[in-house]
Amino acid sequence: MSATTLPFHAQLKREAGAEVVFRWLTIGSAALVLILLAGVMVALCDGGWPAIKTFQFAFLTREVWNPVTEQFGALAALYGTLITSLVAMLIAVPLSFGIAVFLTETCPLWLRGPIATCVELLAAVPSIVYGIWGLFVLAPILQHTVQPFLIDTLGDLPLLGKLFRGPPFGIGLFTAGIVLAVMVLPFITSVMREVFLATPRSLKEAAYGLGATQWEVIWDVVLPNSRAGVIGGIMLGLGRALGETMAVTFVVGNAHRISTSLLAPGTTISASIANEFTEAVGTLYTSSLIALGLLLFIITFTIIAAARLLLLQIERRGARI
Amino acid sequence: MSIRTRRIKASIALGASGVATAIGLAFLAAILWTLVARGFGGLSWTVFTQTTPAPGSSGGLLNAIYGSLMMTLLGVLIGGPIGILAATYLSEYGRTARLSTVIRFINDVLLSAPSIVIGLFVYTLVVVRMGHFSAIAGVVALGIIVIPVTVRTAEDMLRLIPQNMRHASAALGAQPWRTITSIIYPAARSGLLTGVLLALARVSGETAPLLFTALNNQFWNANLNQPIANLPVVIFQFATSPYPNWQSLAWAGALLITLFVLLLSVLARLISSRFGSRESRIE
Repeated sequence: MSATTLPFHAQLKREAGAEVVFRWLTIGSAALVLILLAGVMVALCDGGWPAIKTFQFAFLTREVWNPVTEQFGALAALYGTLITSLVAMLIAVPLSFGIAVFLTETCPLWLRGPIATCVELLAAVPSIVYGIWGLFVLAPILQHTVQPFLIDTLGDLPLLGKLFRGPPFGIGLFTAGIVLAVMVLPFITSVMREVFLATPRSLKEAAYGLGATQWEVIWDVVLPNSRAGVIGGIMLGLGRALGETMAVTFVVGNAHRISTSLLAPGTTISASIANEFTEAVGTLYTSSLIALGLLLFIITFTIIAAARLLLLQIERRGARI
Repeated sequence: MSIRTRRIKASIALGASGVATAIGLAFLAAILWTLVARGFGGLSWTVFTQTTPAPGSSGGLLNAIYGSLMMTLLGVLIGGPIGILAATYLSEYGRTARLSTVIRFINDVLLSAPSIVIGLFVYTLVVVRMGHFSAIAGVVALGIIVIPVTVRTAEDMLRLIPQNMRHASAALGAQPWRTITSIIYPAARSGLLTGVLLALARVSGETAPLLFTALNNQFWNANLNQPIANLPVVIFQFATSPYPNWQSLAWAGALLITLFVLLLSVLARLISSRFGSRESRIE
């Protein structure tokens, strides 16, 4: 080793020099995380600027999406994004709650580990696999059984019926919502499970001591006590659903229009970008798509940041307990 | 409410939780079953020995498999070290610094940010500057996605190393960097490996950020400066095509990716559980 041949003070000096280099390397890498976020913001603003300048605020309020006349509005994609995520949440939240309750309360102890692992595997399945499965397996099932049933039973209701009218396409906003629900299920479940487990034992036992049933303990003690964490988990899932791309692109139908029926084809922000970006000709088309990306980033950033802040509070409180 | 109705209500609700779990597991089973049933049909040796075919003729996925492996490995090679260094700052130098709190928060947000946005970012950053799509742009996009995943797990793993190891090393006169590279990293080796494996699993299924960075290539290509074929984008293109032979290759590709990702997840889980048990023995 060459270090041993150096005089002692030179060795010390070298060590101290290396310390400075290494420390700055770690600081630089850590700062890169911040630079990345800022870079994404700046790059998207810059890329989307021609569209923002041309259409201004109307970009957000117009449904039109016409590459030929170069008229672009984000409303249809924004509507599709929000509706598919809403459908996903309506399905995924009760299911996740049920699974979390099952895994923390009902399930026999020896089965908890394996089932929790299986639910986590749902999160490991790549989104493109959800897409291809949704298109070839789920969509035909929906088209031939579920959607005709919905149209026949709910389609005639006043108000609500509007959501379930029109022909059963198989693909569309409703199908995308179901696929998204399955995809975000593991994320919401794992957060709910963790916050349920963090409920102080003494609280639960006190409730049992007062004669509460197991369900009353869950609904009236565990759930209120972990409310912030549950909301945080739901918002985290919502953030995922809003930004999910490939699975949605396969099944949403890719039509830039707003229809009242959930069964109709639509599009989402991410699906529009994925489908059209490489084929977009002209500055305005490309920059409109980048502006859509900026819109998506701002929405998901806000929701994920709020979710993380809520979860951070839980962690702090957990530390105090 | 009488105790009877309350008990009935409890059984119904808890029964419903079991049903919810069954539904969740049924989805997993359905997806895996379809993959195996349709994917195995398309799997044959030609999948690994031939490049992607034109519609109607036979072929395989060789160029896509090569492109995917190369881009994910390079992406992890770039993003992994940066992530570990950033985690080193958060865990060792700036554990209590206010900057660290901000970085942790932003990192968690980036972790859940839509990957298609990263694709757009790299498009404006690399593709527009270079003037064409390329494997390099794909590698950069995957590398950026690797960073937050690695930072998160690596910091958790470094924090598991007991403080007295740091103190012992410092008492022997070691500078912090020496303590970190000679004591902390070796002690956390399997934990850090877990983090990198999880990051690898995360990016090997990523499609959206590759769509307009690496694009796709029908032919064999090993030049990083050119567009390159990769499994996710090939699956996307082939699955949405009307040609039966393309669709069956898409299923085979989907099966390959899923097996690879699930294998990595299981491996990471095994390593980390061994790491965890060893840690508890030290303490």
